Amino acid sequence: MRIAIASGKGGTGKTIVSTNLAVAAARRGFRVTYLDCDVEEPNGQLFLKAQITSSRATGRLHPNVDASKCTHCGLCGEICQFSAIVCIGDKVLVYPELCHACGGCALVCRSGAITEVLQETGKVEMGMAGPLRFVQGTLRIGEAMSTPLIREVKRELGNEDLAILDCPPGASCPVTESVRGADLVLLVTEPTPFGLNDLKLTVEMLEVLQLPMAVVINRVGIGDRKTNEYCLAKGIPLWTMIPDHRGIAESYSRGELAYEAVPEFRIAIDDLLNRLLQTGQAKPLVEFGEARQ
Amino acid sequence: MNSLVNIHLRDARPVKELVVISGKGGTGKTSLVASFATLANNAVLADCDVDAADLHLLTAPRVVRSEPFTGGKRARIDTALCAACGVCKDLCRFGAIRSHASSGNGATPKYEIDPRACEGCSVCAWFCPSQAIQLQPAVNGEWFVSDTRFGPMVHAQLGAAEENSGKLVTLVRTTAKRIAEERWLDLVIVDGSPGIGCPVIASITGAEMVLVVSEPTPSGLHDMERVAELVQHFRIPAAICINKWDLNAGMSSVIEDRARKRKMALAGRVRYDRMVTKAQLEGMTAVEYSQEGSSSDIRQVWKTVRHLLSGSTSNFETQLCTEGFSAERRT
Repeated sequence: MRIAIASGKGGTGKTIVSTNLAVAAARRGFRVTYLDCDVEEPNGQLFLKAQITSSRATGRLHPNVDASKCTHCGLCGEICQFSAIVCIGDKVLVYPELCHACGGCALVCRSGAITEVLQETGKVEMGMAGPLRFVQGTLRIGEAMSTPLIREVKRELGNEDLAILDCPPGASCPVTESVRGADLVLLVTEPTPFGLNDLKLTVEMLEVLQLPMAVVINRVGIGDRKTNEYCLAKGIPLWTMIPDHRGIAESYSRGELAYEAVPEFRIAIDDLLNRLLQTGQAKPLVEFGEARQ
Repeated sequence: MNSLVNIHLRDARPVKELVVISGKGGTGKTSLVASFATLANNAVLADCDVDAADLHLLTAPRVVRSEPFTGGKRARIDTALCAACGVCKDLCRFGAIRSHASSGNGATPKYEIDPRACEGCSVCAWFCPSQAIQLQPAVNGEWFVSDTRFGPMVHAQLGAAEENSGKLVTLVRTTAKRIAEERWLDLVIVDGSPGIGCPVIASITGAEMVLVVSEPTPSGLHDMERVAELVQHFRIPAAICINKWDLNAGMSSVIEDRARKRKMALAGRVRYDRMVTKAQLEGMTAVEYSQEGSSSDIRQVWKTVRHLLSGSTSNFETQLCTEGFSAERRT
């Protein structure tokens, strides 16, 4: 079963829920992989402290122009929709950061002056945190496009019982890339106007993508009940409420797993895991049972 | 002639852009920007967190103009012209061309574009031997110019599951800057998005100053360092503000030290205060809702930010050398 943990608004507790849920499931004997898809700001490792065992660089293609072969026909500049290759007089300028790597310029070039070269965009690292398999992607600073790297992280999905994908905040391309193919998206939100507004945007996005979802409300007690009412009206299952607790915030600020430090949080995470195992996703459930023996 | 030029230069007030970002989400960017808007007295607001815009919840904008946002293009296959040769599918690097066998006997497969995967690169259209593929502008969202009780505001809404947020950010920023110029306002306050990717890069390039809002957690520190590196990469003067600093005073000092090593100025600290959420529930900014607690911290931060903005880079350098801003001052 693949569970994506997303939120819309940042800082609602995606990483704290993802890491603790992964650890809780691994301790129950499931084969669990945690994948940090928030490649712009990966934070799971700060709490899981995995032993990294292998790493690979990821790259993106962009054109390289051999000026001696160029006939200045201008076709490359014409096909490029992203202004990543521009022809001015007898000069061809390439802007790798704008390139979408569609390959169009190399295809239209008649003189063979354009070849595609790899530019490093970041890295994918794999390792173990106790019984838990760990994967994270880290985007190179200054690189604008994170979706190709997210795709690379997801290539590390294996035959685990449970994959937990810790997604980036927001509701646009990096998030759609991260949640694609998930069996369920868990939305972590907080009961405030900002939290609710961004939850609605994410729900709209998931409706377009036709993915099943459930909601976790974090820091219950700081705001109002409008998020609960929204979930009820929308028919989105509200699975777990995590109380607002200074102890949770403090253990997070020390880089600890709150699951171990705060009993209230442990109860909420165990409840969430039980619900995951009991959902309508009955098929994987049977596989879960078998995997344990 | 010369004097005329000089007069013109002196009178033209350059518009400055202050961009508030954080790396990590949920550190308090939007709450801080809204309070700055209250204190700034007639700055133009630009909500560049187009993925998940929240600033409007505190500023109650009255929309005076709204426009559709056309960020990119999308391919469309005219099935009447399509000869089902499959060239498009072979060339597309985004997996955006789907084919499925038509009506059972599998004679000619039907090709269509997956609009969620299409990036509008036009390769398929260029190489289609039957010229059956056209590129059409795709509407990715909507953007607005509004009036608020703090002054003009430019904001946007990216469509559900849409892309091109970087282009929309640039559109919001340039519109805000133009409005500032037209109305003789000298400051644009930009609410940025979390992360370090395309919308963030689009919101900071060429700005006069970036304010990084951090929080005293390992994630706050880690993400601040990455965002600081990004800001250095684009050579933009930056300052840091620690929100909820009292949750972990030791970590707050560590973050400030690291920020200073990265040549960032210290804009101050804001204490943890539940009042900010209460204000949000009332649709008010923190400094409107209360005079005390974190509100007084925010006023202090704003004073420092204004000072840093007024003298461009020289003030950053002075502050970096001044011990008066050392992190130990409050601990």
